Amino acid sequence: MAMAMARWRQRLLSSACSSSSSSAAAPQALLRLASSALSRQSSSRGFAAAPDDTTPFVVDIPVPYAGHRCDPPEQRVETSAKELVDFFKVMYVMRRMEIAADSLYKAKFIRGFCHLYDGQEAVCVGMEAALTKEDAIITAYRDHCTHIGRGGTVLEVMAELMGRKSGCSLGKGGSMHMYNKEGNFYGGNGIVGAQTALGAGLAFAQKYNKQNAVSLALYGDGAANQGQLFEAMNISALWDLPVIFVCENNHYGMGTAEWRSAKSPEYYKRGDYVPGLKIDGMDVLAVKQGVRFAKEHALTKGPIVLEMDTYRYHGHSMSDPGSTYRTREEISGVRQERDPIERVRKLLLAKEIVTVADLKNLEKQAKAEVDEAVNQAKEGGQPETHELFTHVHVKGLKQLAYGPDRKEVIVPLP
Amino acid sequence: MLPGIVRSSSRHLPCRRSLTKWMSVRNLAAASGDQMTVRDALNSAIDEEMAADPKVFVMGEEVGEYQGAYKVTKGLLQKYGPDRVLDTPITEAGFTGIGVGAAFQGLKPIVEFMTFNFAMQAIDHIINSAAKTYYMSGGQISVPIVFRGPNGAAAGVGAQHSQCFAAWYGSCPGLKVVTPYSAEDARGLLKAAIRDPDPVVFLENELLYGENFPVSSQVRDPNFTLPIGKAKVEREGTDVTITAFSKMVGFALKAADELAKDGIKAEVINLRSIRPLDRETINASVRKTYRLVAVEEGWPQHGVCAEVCASVQEESFDYLDAPIERISGADIPMPYAANLERLALPQIEDIVRAAKRACYRSK
Repeated sequence: MAMAMARWRQRLLSSACSSSSSSAAAPQALLRLASSALSRQSSSRGFAAAPDDTTPFVVDIPVPYAGHRCDPPEQRVETSAKELVDFFKVMYVMRRMEIAADSLYKAKFIRGFCHLYDGQEAVCVGMEAALTKEDAIITAYRDHCTHIGRGGTVLEVMAELMGRKSGCSLGKGGSMHMYNKEGNFYGGNGIVGAQTALGAGLAFAQKYNKQNAVSLALYGDGAANQGQLFEAMNISALWDLPVIFVCENNHYGMGTAEWRSAKSPEYYKRGDYVPGLKIDGMDVLAVKQGVRFAKEHALTKGPIVLEMDTYRYHGHSMSDPGSTYRTREEISGVRQERDPIERVRKLLLAKEIVTVADLKNLEKQAKAEVDEAVNQAKEGGQPETHELFTHVHVKGLKQLAYGPDRKEVIVPLP
Repeated sequence: MLPGIVRSSSRHLPCRRSLTKWMSVRNLAAASGDQMTVRDALNSAIDEEMAADPKVFVMGEEVGEYQGAYKVTKGLLQKYGPDRVLDTPITEAGFTGIGVGAAFQGLKPIVEFMTFNFAMQAIDHIINSAAKTYYMSGGQISVPIVFRGPNGAAAGVGAQHSQCFAAWYGSCPGLKVVTPYSAEDARGLLKAAIRDPDPVVFLENELLYGENFPVSSQVRDPNFTLPIGKAKVEREGTDVTITAFSKMVGFALKAADELAKDGIKAEVINLRSIRPLDRETINASVRKTYRLVAVEEGWPQHGVCAEVCASVQEESFDYLDAPIERISGADIPMPYAANLERLALPQIEDIVRAAKRACYRSK
């Protein structure tokens, strides 16, 4: 048992940059190279040239895919300088946003539940690189970054977290209930596992409407044992629904490690007759390639399960320090070996798309963007009192709704 | 469909052997002219709404090839095809979630539960995914879905197949809950429910499916709807108000006949809608009669009648000449033996007795 645990811990920490030739082999050497290059050039170099370049080039994906009832895609993916820079930018913004949420929660600007996504950014960013806004996404409660990926703004996330009317759900949802109808993002769901059946329903509608689009239903390793997931998989396979079930396996369902909750933690195989693919969820390019493969599969052959091998740095939520069921060495180990943003940073520097100074600038911009959004959100007002009774129905029948004191507060529902 | 045919490995099997179902199948032939069975009313309502709006579809167990466990969806598969009439596996949580997800995307599902007892396996989706989403999303995601099926006691189907869920769903903001009684109710309310942009829980009654009711040509019109949230005064009276819904409306009307023989003119209100509850009509009636008997088939504690009572004592306290009476199902799981089952459910004599008590005429 102890040996199995040790092996499991080792797997969590395994280096992402094992065998590739085109990803950074010696980051320290390259950083010295990059900074010496900087000293030869003008220090005011902006992003005019290489970072905007959309010329495609191919990058190897170091950690091998594992397929279940399917042949995995190629271990290499096309990308461009611009795409990598965009990946860096948006992941960094997401990282800063989640860290800001941590501080705001401790300062009591955010109440209730707050489940942070830092560490897992590559999953939602890589996904979006393979999807369009015609595709639909639904996830559970760890949804702040997924909301950004679907086109939401940091301001509306922050405002929603702080319960302001400028929030994406008008302050009436909170951390776990962020939605973006225009971006085809259906939340933001608090009941573990429910979103998997809902996601299959989104795909049902896409098929019914003959859209050439897919739905992605995201769930965690904790939700992967839910009965309704298997019910949804059965119907999806039976009816050929264009749904992709994405297990964001961060290896802990709250405080319970995967080997303590799942007889078979090979979540990509749990679909049985539904094919599956295991993907290094800390590698944004691997995610992009995997989701592109899955989308094609879902549109032509039916549902597929993706297991994203990922990791969350924070605990399950802000009430959980995250260190009672895992060691600090493990957390810092993953941060050191597999951080998704560091991956992209190394690649950008290795390909000489940006300099260290450029990246520092990007980081500064991202931090400023998040800080600005936080300040703006803080200035925003709470919802008006009458909003208590709005949005109960689309078509209120003028029936009377009551407040706690029925004689005091009586409102005909709009 | 011959009730004698038995399917293996179906946990819903006991429903199909009820004696009343035999009779209701034979009654199919009787619906004609200015009469219509509740079953035909429901069938025609779904049919017309599916014809009018391509976004409407039906899903549930046995709704397609079997023609519906209670034949409510008879003929629809043949008419609209398997893309719009979908037979689901026996997985309520899964297929209800799928229905709600489809509604998120703007389709208009009609999800049939073979009985609402099985909907308990899907109740999380009805409440947390359907009822609350429009509110939680600040008005972004609406859920135009109908959950329908038989509710309450049938005949001899035992404890797990006899529960009335009107009170549970009726307490939940975000849902609309309707309980048709007659064929007119069934047609009008189901069409309204399907057209409604919000989630509607549509509670039918198995024993009413085969009953014939008179219907006017207005009711037969494809655009006939009834307003959700409005009760109907089925019978006017001056001495005591009796509220009821679903099958109990029939019992209340018969009780009113009995009471009339003793010179008590009862006003019978068919609630039609549990949520919103038509407090106006109920209170207006009590302000006329000064006495109330609230009737329901389900359990009394925290039941629909409790809400009716609360509403009347809050709003019409000064008008009451007697304490409010409640007639409801017994506080027990439903027994099987016929004599015990009869004792577990409200009977006409119970309603008559309570009305007389309210009129201080029991001795």
